Amino acid sequence: MVALSQEHLVTGADVPARRSSQPSFDQLFRLASLGSALLVLIVLLGIIGAMIYGGLPAFREFGLGFITSSVWNVNEDQYGAWVAIVGTLSTALIALVIGVPLSLGIAIFLTQLCPPWLKRPVATTIELLAAVPSIIYGMWGLFVFAPLFANYVQIPVSNIVEGMPIVGTILYARTPSGVGILTAGIILAIMIIPFIASIARDILDQIPSVLRESAYGIGCTTWEVVRNVLLPQAGVSIIGAIMLGLGRALGETMAVTFVVGNANRLSGSIFDPGSTIASRIANEFNEAIGLQLNALMALGCILFLVTFAVLVLARLLVARVKVG
Amino acid sequence: MKILSYAVAAGLAVASLTTTASAADITGAGATFPFPIYAKWAEAYYKETGNRMNYQSIGSSGGVRQIRAKTVDFGATDAPLKGEDLQKDGLVQFPAVMGGVVAVYNVQGVGSGQLKLTGEVLADIFNGKISKWNDARIAQANPGVTLPSASITPVYRSDGSGTTSVFTTYLSQVSEGWKTGPGAGSSVQWPVGQGGKGNEGVAALVKQVPNSIGYVEYAYAKQSSIPFAQLQNKSGKFVSPEAKTFQAAAANADWKSAPGFGISLTNQPGDEAWPITAPTFILVPKAPEKPEQVAEALKFFDWSFRNGDQMTMDLDYVPLPGPLKDQVRATWTSEIKDASGQPVFKQ
Repeated sequence: MVALSQEHLVTGADVPARRSSQPSFDQLFRLASLGSALLVLIVLLGIIGAMIYGGLPAFREFGLGFITSSVWNVNEDQYGAWVAIVGTLSTALIALVIGVPLSLGIAIFLTQLCPPWLKRPVATTIELLAAVPSIIYGMWGLFVFAPLFANYVQIPVSNIVEGMPIVGTILYARTPSGVGILTAGIILAIMIIPFIASIARDILDQIPSVLRESAYGIGCTTWEVVRNVLLPQAGVSIIGAIMLGLGRALGETMAVTFVVGNANRLSGSIFDPGSTIASRIANEFNEAIGLQLNALMALGCILFLVTFAVLVLARLLVARVKVG
Repeated sequence: MKILSYAVAAGLAVASLTTTASAADITGAGATFPFPIYAKWAEAYYKETGNRMNYQSIGSSGGVRQIRAKTVDFGATDAPLKGEDLQKDGLVQFPAVMGGVVAVYNVQGVGSGQLKLTGEVLADIFNGKISKWNDARIAQANPGVTLPSASITPVYRSDGSGTTSVFTTYLSQVSEGWKTGPGAGSSVQWPVGQGGKGNEGVAALVKQVPNSIGYVEYAYAKQSSIPFAQLQNKSGKFVSPEAKTFQAAAANADWKSAPGFGISLTNQPGDEAWPITAPTFILVPKAPEKPEQVAEALKFFDWSFRNGDQMTMDLDYVPLPGPLKDQVRATWTSEIKDASGQPVFKQ
């Protein structure tokens, strides 16, 4: 004890010169990191501010009607966001419905079932998917996927369901062109799979193997281990991963613009063309002037809000699961 | 060896000096429709004069915005500005080149040029009033052509574009229902159909979707070999889109009837006139802050008017008629002046 404190004293006395320079360096370092953190905040606030400022004339002109109206008429300067909001949410939802089970399947296969020699190629392929630029997805979707989708899915399915209640509306293609809300959802699903899958894989990898081994030890099957041990352990983090994918799906622009059909109409069928907030902005921004530009900015605000709401919801969900 | 390399170095130095001295780089921005031909002209112009012309195809309204903000030497727009706007912003407008918009379709067994449409039928197809290919009104103009009883899928440009503006201007001229309905503009509220982004998006959809009909720039339709329709012109004749019919549309036009040559060439009289022809315009400031830059821009267009017609036709655009070019040059001389009142453009 004594020796230790003495040593402490000695070191303290030994390096006064170095010490004296440290506080100012520390201060500088603290300021620099604070600055970096603040910069992001300032940029974000600046963007939000600019969007609100730009969108304000549209909000003022149409009020709440901007959100609930489905008219988008450039000639008469009448703008409403409803069709784009519905399109954004429905394509993102379809992307999640398709993408999440696939991603979890990939993650579970890679961490639990995959023979070691196959692990690397599969994992690399999945990660490469994330590196494909979205314009490539868009072009592939329009030129390759859409014609196949029209011939082998839309036309046969429409023939089967024609005249049926409910499904006869939802899955009926009046014009089987291959593009539409569902196509956009499928392309989005492919785009978000790498994000969800690789995060989910990392999470599953981090679960202590003692948990898994004890489960196997008491005679659980692989399914039981995954269902009752791994997923509950990873649950909260997986929701986080899904939300990250959802964020990307909501904001994806180029790929969706190519395959969503770009029609400002609400339809009961997911085979019909629609539009999303991001695709509307991408389509019209170039040539927009006056109130149309304000309306596009206002659309941007709404997309911001929707994405923000999703993130908050995810946080709340995660917090609740943690408490439970 | 040494002497040779010195000579080369000296030559290079002289060359770089002369290029810096004569290089007057001009920048322009705007319409996407004429971008290929402006780029082609610029390339040839650079080869001959060493001067660069840098054109950004950001869209017509972007071009108007940029020239108003004076961030470019010239702006380019497909839709002409009105006389009062030109006056207000102190701009001079002149046409640079013309092009045509054509109706392309995908109907089993109907080849290129076999389908004939009147303006009103075309409008009603895009309006959703004619929804089947074997509609009596289509059949009437197409005796001997077997048309299927399938639904028509109209395909339009989803992005705001000069092509849409020209097409809808024409539809408004020939159809009262269109004029009071969707109207004319660079993007309108389409009652039916699907949107593709850009000419390539529309072309891809038309190629893929059976029984569809869309509209693209002529050059694009020709290069991607999609069947295009004959249209009935104002004189009641059915004509095919080609250089001859585009020129016929321009031949009878009264260019002086609108300020800044801002006339529309859609639905022009003349037996041979293609009904959806359109000029595309250039905007330059009347009293430029940098007269030497504007002078360079005008020199570029003057050079292109004199040397660019073959390139224009190679790319399936239509050169301006000779007398019109002279009128345009006269306008430059009479309207664009520097601070001392001297014309900026010297022949």
